Amino acid sequence: MYVAVKGGEKAIEAAHRLLAEARRGDPAVPELSLAQIDEQLALAVDRVMTEGSVYDRELAALAIKQARGDLVEAIFLLRAYRTTLPRLAVSEPIETERANLKRRISATFKDLPGGQVLGPTFDYTHRLLDFALAAEAEGAAPPRATPAEPEPAPRVSALLGVEGLIEPNPTEVVDPGDLTRDPLTFPADRALRLQNLARGDEGYLLALGYSTQRGYGRNHPFAGEIRVGTVEIEVVPPELGFPIVIGEITVTECEMVNQFKGSAVAPPQFTRGYGLAFGEAERKAMAMALVDRALRADELGEEVTAPAQDQEFVLYHSDNVEASGFTQHLKLPHYVDFQAELNLIRRMRAAWDRPEAEAAE
Amino acid sequence: MSEPGTQEAGDYNFAYLDEQTKRMIRRAILKAVAISGYQVPFASREMPLPYGWGTGGIQVTASIIGQDDTLKVIDQGADDTTNAVSIRRFFARTTGVATTENTVAASIIQTRHRIPETPLRDDQIIVYQVPIPEPLRWLEPREAETRKMHALSDYGPMYTRLYEDIAQYGRVTTAYDYPVLVNGRYLMRPSPIPKFDNPKMDMNPALQLFGAGREKRIYAVPPYTSVKSLDFVDHPFAIERWDQSCAICGAGDSFLDEVITDDQGGRMFVCSDTDFCRGRLAVKAAE
Repeated sequence: MYVAVKGGEKAIEAAHRLLAEARRGDPAVPELSLAQIDEQLALAVDRVMTEGSVYDRELAALAIKQARGDLVEAIFLLRAYRTTLPRLAVSEPIETERANLKRRISATFKDLPGGQVLGPTFDYTHRLLDFALAAEAEGAAPPRATPAEPEPAPRVSALLGVEGLIEPNPTEVVDPGDLTRDPLTFPADRALRLQNLARGDEGYLLALGYSTQRGYGRNHPFAGEIRVGTVEIEVVPPELGFPIVIGEITVTECEMVNQFKGSAVAPPQFTRGYGLAFGEAERKAMAMALVDRALRADELGEEVTAPAQDQEFVLYHSDNVEASGFTQHLKLPHYVDFQAELNLIRRMRAAWDRPEAEAAE
Repeated sequence: MSEPGTQEAGDYNFAYLDEQTKRMIRRAILKAVAISGYQVPFASREMPLPYGWGTGGIQVTASIIGQDDTLKVIDQGADDTTNAVSIRRFFARTTGVATTENTVAASIIQTRHRIPETPLRDDQIIVYQVPIPEPLRWLEPREAETRKMHALSDYGPMYTRLYEDIAQYGRVTTAYDYPVLVNGRYLMRPSPIPKFDNPKMDMNPALQLFGAGREKRIYAVPPYTSVKSLDFVDHPFAIERWDQSCAICGAGDSFLDEVITDDQGGRMFVCSDTDFCRGRLAVKAAE
């Protein structure tokens, strides 16, 4: 007989209880604290902050804990929370040139003012599982050499700019649009595109950036400069009329320098691709810079042939909160539509089986 | 900061969204009502429910709902489907308004994939959840192009597609989300309701609002507006029929869900609109 095939309130509640249980895991294993996640899974926190568009380590750590380590789910949680936050002020542009640098490398010059600073990088480590970590008996860190007094580190692009070999950065100050307050329209200007890419899924940008390196919209990139450091956030309260510092954030910035043969309107010169992410997120910043440059094809008079150069394709599919939601909505019941299809296919099938009856109908 | 999952509704504004956002959405709705069938871009917000699960409808409902409203939420015609339960709870928690399963008692009905069988009144609003708002999307993937096509009423390609269906299969092979022309001007996607429900949209006394969260579009059909399903003179639009009646209430004119009862090919057909089905049973019992 017909029993309730449709899920109900009780099923949902039971599922949520199971989820809470699964999230906690074996109660004999100590519970993770937000501080532990923040300190020891710091790069996960960085990614969730970047794609969640909220710089708050504690909230990001909470989201990761609640999402059982599923970062896209954690990003979703943080975005949903972000929706409810008031917008109190718009900060001044950050000055990465004056960042307190933790890392700064350039692939285009062997040495340069400010030097190459490796910082805490996975680069050049041998990827061998370190079983000492599994033993959970980490000794105290060996003492560090006192870092040298940092020298000023001018931008690589500025060094190239002196010779006029790289396109100048745009100088006119335009109010950037705001993707979270206005829907995306096309063609989207570069500021909007960069906003979209900054929030975009790291894996997606990585694949797109990679595709440009493999010939789908090739743009001959060099990692002009990658810097990781802390910058001050300043706002100008209207009642004061001058900037005050409200805090500090860590960012990763990548400036790609791309070859360009010139066009009817522009001389042969290097062009730029730009990437920026919260925290330490080098892969993301580099991929973003490649895609940013690819999306400038139109403006630079290049033929748009590859997916990474296609604004609508790239920008409409970059957001993992949107993509994950829509992909997974296929789990929702579709039996009304399926029933309609079933009806249709039965009638089409009947017609196919008996063409003469159909003709007579 | 409160514990996740246990946060009180009091931590959030009435109906979750802040008042500025609601105002922005209401402006978009007003524009949509003024230009029936036209897709108005709006600054869709991230919601605590996933995209594709009704965020557009939720934002529209959140912007129009007031303390005196009575809300009904259905998915596949039923009030007890999991996603309908989840959305109804969301509003119960963030607004505290009365909810109902009774179509007649509701002032706002949020729906996914169905229009209730019970005719709506002019003091009701139906809010559709829309996954893909653009009716021309499968013909042209680019938004810049499709907006131009709407501006020019360039709907020839859609008729061509329907014609090709007829030429090839002897019928239009679109069973749901069947394209309609609103007020003789804009081509509109009715959201993935079965074409069975399309005639209900035409000259409906209720205000019909459509929200697409991920795609950031709102559109509307004002009360008593013509909604015509595309067809040809020699191939008029027709809705689907069943050879069966509802196994529970006996209705022969409602949309039926097919329920598989065993692995021997046993099946039964029941009303997809559970409130309608229950109502008919109650009337029978009273007789």
